[in-house]
This record gives sequence, structure tokens and C-alpha cells, in this order.
Amino acid sequence: MSLSKSVAPVVAANADTPLRTKVLRRIRSRPTTRGAVILLGVFVLLAVLAPLIAPQNPHDLASLSVMDNRLEPGSRGMTGITYWLGTDAQGRDMLSAILYGLRTSLLVGLLSSAGALAIGIAAGLFAAQFGGAVDAAIMRVVDFMLGFPSILIALVLLASIGRGVDKVIIAIILVQWAQYARLMRAAALVERRKEYIEAAVNFGLPTPHIMLAHLLPNSVGSVLVVTTINIAGAITLEATLSFLGVGVPVTQPSLGLLIANGFEFLLSGEYWIAAFPGIALVLLIMSLNLVGDRLRRSFNVRT
Amino acid sequence: MTLPLLEVRGLKTVFHDLAGAWPAVDGVDLLVHPGEILGLVGESGSGKSVTGFSLVQLIDPPGEVVSGDVLFKGEDLRSASEERLRSLRGDRIAMIFQDPLMTLNPVLSIGEQMCEAIQEHRNCSRQDALKEASRALSRVGISSPEARLKQFPHEFSGGMRQRVAIATALLNEPDLIIADEPTTALDVTIQSQILFEVQKLSRETGTAVIWITHDLAVVAELADRVAVMYAGRIVETGTVDDVLDRPRHPYTVGLLGSSAASASPGERLKQINGAAPSISARPSGCPFRPRCERALAVCEQIDPSPQILDGHGYRCHNPVPEGSAL
Amino acid sequence: MTAYILQRLIQSVLVLLAVSIVVFLAVYGIGDPIELLVPPQVSAAERAAMIRRLGLDLPVWQQYLSFLGNALKGDLGRSFVHGVPAAGLILARLPATFELVLLAMSGAALIGVPLGLLAGLNPESRPSRAIMAGTILGFSLPSFWKGMMLVLLFSVALGWLPTAGRGETVSLFGIQTSLLTLDGIRHLILPALNLAIPNMALMVRLVAAGTTEAMTQDYVKYARAKGVRRKRIVGRHVLRNILIPVVTVAGMEFGSLVAFSTITETVFAWPGMGKLLIDSIYHLDRPVVVAYVMLATLLFVAVNFLVDVLYAALDPRVKLTGEMA
Repeated sequence: MSLSKSVAPVVAANADTPLRTKVLRRIRSRPTTRGAVILLGVFVLLAVLAPLIAPQNPHDLASLSVMDNRLEPGSRGMTGITYWLGTDAQGRDMLSAILYGLRTSLLVGLLSSAGALAIGIAAGLFAAQFGGAVDAAIMRVVDFMLGFPSILIALVLLASIGRGVDKVIIAIILVQWAQYARLMRAAALVERRKEYIEAAVNFGLPTPHIMLAHLLPNSVGSVLVVTTINIAGAITLEATLSFLGVGVPVTQPSLGLLIANGFEFLLSGEYWIAAFPGIALVLLIMSLNLVGDRLRRSFNVRT
Repeated sequence: MTLPLLEVRGLKTVFHDLAGAWPAVDGVDLLVHPGEILGLVGESGSGKSVTGFSLVQLIDPPGEVVSGDVLFKGEDLRSASEERLRSLRGDRIAMIFQDPLMTLNPVLSIGEQMCEAIQEHRNCSRQDALKEASRALSRVGISSPEARLKQFPHEFSGGMRQRVAIATALLNEPDLIIADEPTTALDVTIQSQILFEVQKLSRETGTAVIWITHDLAVVAELADRVAVMYAGRIVETGTVDDVLDRPRHPYTVGLLGSSAASASPGERLKQINGAAPSISARPSGCPFRPRCERALAVCEQIDPSPQILDGHGYRCHNPVPEGSAL
Repeated sequence: MTAYILQRLIQSVLVLLAVSIVVFLAVYGIGDPIELLVPPQVSAAERAAMIRRLGLDLPVWQQYLSFLGNALKGDLGRSFVHGVPAAGLILARLPATFELVLLAMSGAALIGVPLGLLAGLNPESRPSRAIMAGTILGFSLPSFWKGMMLVLLFSVALGWLPTAGRGETVSLFGIQTSLLTLDGIRHLILPALNLAIPNMALMVRLVAAGTTEAMTQDYVKYARAKGVRRKRIVGRHVLRNILIPVVTVAGMEFGSLVAFSTITETVFAWPGMGKLLIDSIYHLDRPVVVAYVMLATLLFVAVNFLVDVLYAALDPRVKLTGEMA
């Protein structure tokens, strides 16, 4: 109908502004997004500096005092330190445990996302470049992977290879690569139809050069944009697997495992053992999602 | 002369955006008598569709009817309650839309979509409503109507869908049908068939019709009276004979010159210079002035007011002398 | 229609075959099955005899074929831990998971669709914005965390509902169900709600987006021009159009509900097949894991097929033919 067409559109955006500047400006202009970015920075800083700033090394069983177990937040322990966030059943300082747990959670999230990203980009690029049977084979596998719930894939893999930080990372890579592959293929296919690629092919440039020097850099953007959200997904999956007891080992607890350990005490009112790692985890995931969502909307990428 | 069925005075509908309110309909006056067919003619963007929707107050934000009177059988529709308007729409005033593919709900059967037009207005069993719907379908020339009622829009051709829309408009024997370019999407043979049917039905039932179109040939074939719209206002109005044979407004003359029906074979179609002004860039004075070959100095300053002579009205400072145009 | 069903059946069989190969290789191929299956304290002769009896001396493809042959007969191996057929073990837990998933699914639709309509009809209003913000939480918070918070709020703080377990069940046609006792339903509410939340968020988003779009469609304006009341426009014209994606997504999400019930069942100690899966992974009870995956895949495939048929019934434009899909 011709009703709404007659309204003159209001154009405000300046086409000359580089996209990156526009996105950064938009992130800064939103107080919640700005808060999330700052929070993320704090989390990363805390994780990196954990060994320096934690009051205690929570993995060093010798430094723990079992007498200090399940102390309320703010209590003073036998060793003289104050447990600002209380202690768990082994007498571990929760603040230190959270700082180290944050380290594990972030490490798993970043490494697995990087791995999935690398495999996904390669698979998508190959599928788009070579088409035909290669494309069909890769995409069939991708569809197969995406057809199953992520948690199920991870659980089955862990059932066969066992537990451990490395195993969890492998499981998450296996869960996430297919999504990147699909996005990468779609973006690369669009790019491949452009004239400059055609020109490069006609010019006789070798295929690997075209893929790496032209196709990859010009189509990888949309894939990178969704990475932030997928890191959140990876951290959530790791936390879930660890909560279920099939993720990271007790010697290197992540936030998820800390929450699992505190779960039984939650019901008896000793909330801090599960609640504080939980709050840290939720804030981490929410801030990643907020930033990721803003990025995705700014670049208008649909997943 | 009978009492008018619909009387519109100074109707103004604007569209809001951040920069302000733009008038799509800018002071329209219309008069429709019972049983009469009025052709509302204009280029796209002239505001003729918006006028149609404004009459039944079906203008959604960012659009808004801001002033004027719409008197239907003496009742002011602009101050009528939403429920009163709802009870009039589809019952006393029916509408036929431009695109029959988009206006029928794809997932509801034709029967259901016709029955609701009856059952939302009177107490009527589903059986009886279906019977009425089936009668209406056969009236517009659709065969085996009972079977058709069970079908869905995608099972109908474009022409068939438009017949369904016309049949639906007829269901409650309305006093007025507002038809917005209902035949534009159809091919010529089906178009003239439908025009013929509409004319016949209007004569039979005494239903008045406002036929909105850009096509003067259609108006010549169908209408009793014509109103020519330009830039949100009526620039010329009168009987079909008056306006099409003895046009006074330069824009009407231009429209007639560019219409294929008026040209003799082999002759090039004349065009009106320039384009219709956009809603946000209306010129001062007479809005047609920049495109007008007969423009005077006064046209730049003063917007001409309507002149009415024996039911033939026009808005022009320098009208085409009678009988000299074509 | 027949061609379509046939094509879907072949597709389903291929998916099941692919899953069986992948799972067989993943679970039996990686690691040393002998170490798992044969107790370390037996003698070498006994050990060799057991290996032969279990068929572990055969090449992998022969082992797979015998696994496949047994699977077709309904034998998915014996649980190492419980010493009973794995398939039976899972099937015994199926009703508990099923009632959880069904309740979660219908709850998600019954709450999500009205909320989505509300948010979609007035997208700029304050309640709509609150609903949409809530969906982000529903999506992104980890399921186990939401479950714990539900327990903390409704069980520990308010004391309204039990914290864990299945409660009292009654037998209906030989199947134990909690849906028919008050105690059973009280136990069901929190886990079902927890399982439903992400799905509910999805429904809200889907319905809200669909409603906002549908309300601008010409068929809505035409219905208004026919004098149709708003109640009927929303309840019939809009809802009927939205129902199509809702049913499709609900069906597609069935699989993830079953999979995510592993988490909910662990949090609420719900004795379903998800909890069994986690326990089996924990105890390296591989036959149960394999059997779970095979049965779950069978379930997904069946539900997907059902959704396709339902989709064709809901959308008159869709005809089930062999060519599409």
C-alpha cells in the first residue's frame, strides 16, 4: 500500500565515518553497554592477576585450614586472614577460589572459541572456495552437528574421552565450529561473486593466495562479530558441564564447579559457597552477551 | 437533488516524522450521492489512497487525520467512537483494496474471511453466512461457489481474488464502496469485465462507489462524476462529460493528453513536464505551478480557491478556455 | 504424500545410521574397550575367552555390524554398572523425562505465546520492554543457575514447593506418572518451569516479532476495513499466522528440551533418563551412553517428522510432496 511510502525518511548517518568508529561510538553512547565493557575488562584483569591478588592459593591444599570450613563472609580465620566472601567445605577462601575459577572459565572460553573459530573459518572457506562435492561434504557434516543440541554433543564426547580442561575445550570446539563454518561459508560465497575476485582468478593468481589474501580478510568480519556471544556460550557450556560433574577436574575448579560444590549447602542456608561464584559467572556471561549483542546489531549480522 | 450520502469538507491528513507533519491530503472536499459512482483520479502520491482510508478513519500512525468534516448520512465520522466506526466499516461502508494477493489472509479459508464480514455485523449462523457468501460469489461470476468457499487464497487467480474482494464488499449491501485501484493488477479483459459487473451491481443495489484510480479510461467507462487530485487536493471536479470533454484545469488537460485512450493511433503521447512534488516539498502558491504552461505571476503567490459553476469546479487562476483544450 | 513420507523415512534411517556410526566410533573406538569391559583381576586365559565372547578380537567394522544387528533387535548392550540391558534401563526412565518435557513445552507455549502477543501488539510500551529484557535473561543465564535460583526462592525462602525428587507417582497403564497426584505435580512445577524458561523466551521473541509484523500486514488492515473486531483480528488472523512458526520451532526445540533435561534433572534430582545419562558418563557406563544417544535420536527424528506433518496441516499453502524438504 502506498500509505507509509510517502513519508520522507530521515537520514542522519554520515557515510564517511569509518564503521569501526561508528561502532565504538555506539558502544560508548549506551550506558549499559559501556558498563558491560568495563566489567569485562575488570574480569579479564582479575583473572590475569589472580595469583598476585588472591589472598590464598586455593589449589594449594597445604595452605588451607580445614578448621576454617564453611565460614560466613567477613569471618576471620585461624590463619589470621579475613574471608571476605566466606569459605567452602574445605576451608578454602571463596574470594581466592572465584579469582582462580574465573581464570579457568575465561581460559576455557577463550581457547575453545579460538579453536572453533579457526576450524570453522577454514571449513567455511574451503566449502565456499571449492564448492561442489567439498562444499556438500562439509555442509552435510555442519548440518549434522547443528541438528543436535550442543549439550548432548559435548556430553557424548566427554563420555568417550573423559574429563579434564583439555577435554572440555575439545568438546566445546566440536560443538561450536559448525556455526562459524556456516557463517563463514555464507559470507565467503557473497564475497566470491564480487568482481575483484573474478579479476584475481582471471589474472591467474594461485588459489591459496586468493583464499588467504582476498576471500578471508574480506569475509571474516561477520564471523568475528558473533565471536563475543559464542565466548559467552562456551563459558556457559563449560560451567554447565563442570556443574554436572563431567567437566573440569576438582584440582582446577572453574566457576561452574565451584557452584556445584556449593549447591548442597545452598539448601541449608550457607548460600555464599554457591552464590558468589554464581554471581561472578552470571555477570561475566551477561556482560559478554550485552557487548556481543550490541556488536552484532551494529554490524547487522544475523545468526 | 437528493441528500448527499457522503459529504467531505476540508479533509486534511498528515504524516508525521521527526522533521514535522507532511500533508498527504490537504483540504479535500467531496460529495457523493446515493447510487452514484465517483472516480477519484490522480497520479501516485497525489493522496488519493490516503483520502480513501481517511474517509473511514483507517489512518495509522505516523499518519493522522487532523482536520475537516466527514459526514456520512449526516453523521460526523471524525468524532465517531472506534466501535461506531467498526460497525460502519464493512457494513455501511465497504472497502476493496489495491492488491488482492496481500489483503486476503493466506491461512484462512475464503469462506471464513467472507463469513466474518457478515457475522461481525449481525447475528447470523455460520450456515446462513456461508449461504450468503456463496450467493455473493455467484453474483460476481464465480462458479461452484460452495466448493470455492472451502479453498484458500493461494488457490485463486488474481482476477478471482479480486472478485472475492468485490463479493465480500457486497455482502452487507453497503451504502458506499470505496475501491482503491482494485483492477490495476489485472489484465485488461478481466478489468473491463469487473468494471461492467461493478457498474451493474451499483445500479441494481443502489450502492454508491468511490473508485480510486490513476486511469482516466477506467473513469470514462465507469463513473458518473470525477474528482481529479493533485498534491493532496481536488483540482477539478464535475460530471464525467464536463471534466473529460471540457476540462478547465491545466493538470486535467495534461492528464488527458498523456492518456493512451485520448491519442489517435500513431500519435505520440503527450507528457506533463516535470514530476509531482513530493509530500515534503510542495511549492508555494498553486502546487501545479512549476509544471504548468499557463502559470501566471499570481500563481506563485496565491493558492487558487475552488470555483464552482453548474457543478463543474476547478482550482485555477488561469483556466483553459472552455472547448479549446482538445 | 506417500512419496514424501517415503523420502522422509529414508532420510530418517540415514540419520540414525550416521549417528550409530559416529557414536559407536566415539564411544567404543576411542580408548581401550577391553580395559573397560574385562575386570583386571581375571587370568590371561579367562581374559582371552572374554575378549572372544564379546567379539572384541574382530575388526572394528565387524564389531559395528554386530552392534547394528543387535540394535535392530532392540539390544543396545548391557549396562556395566547395573548389569541389565541398557535400552530397558533408559526406557524405564523415559516416562519421568517425558512428563517433564511435555509439561515444559506446553508451559512455554501457554505462557510464552500470550506474553509474546502482548509484547508484539505494543512493542514500545513499558511492560513490553520489560518482557523483552526478561527474554534475554531467559536465554543467556545458565540453566543450572536458574534452577538453583528457583529452588532458593520457591523452596528455601518461601517454602512453597519441594526442592527435589519426583514425589508420589501413580501407575497409569503400567507407566508411573506424577501428573495425577498433588504431591507429584508439586514436585514437577519447578523442574518443568526451569526447563521451560529458555523455550518460553524463544516463544516470546518469536511471537512478538511475528505479531508486530503481522499487524502491519494488509490483511489486518483489510480485516479492519471489514469491521472485524480487534479481538478477532488478533485471536484469529494474527494468531493463526503466528502458529505456524511457533509449532515448527516448538518441534525443533523438542530435542534440546530432552537434552537440556539432563541439567534440570541433575539440579532437581529428577529420576529421568537425563540424570541417568550424567550418572552413566560419570561411571563410564558406555553402553548406556550409546543407548541413550540412539534412543534420543530416534525420538528427535520421529518428532521432526510429526512437526512436518503438522506444519502442512496448519499452512494451507504447504503440500507434502516428494520434491520439497
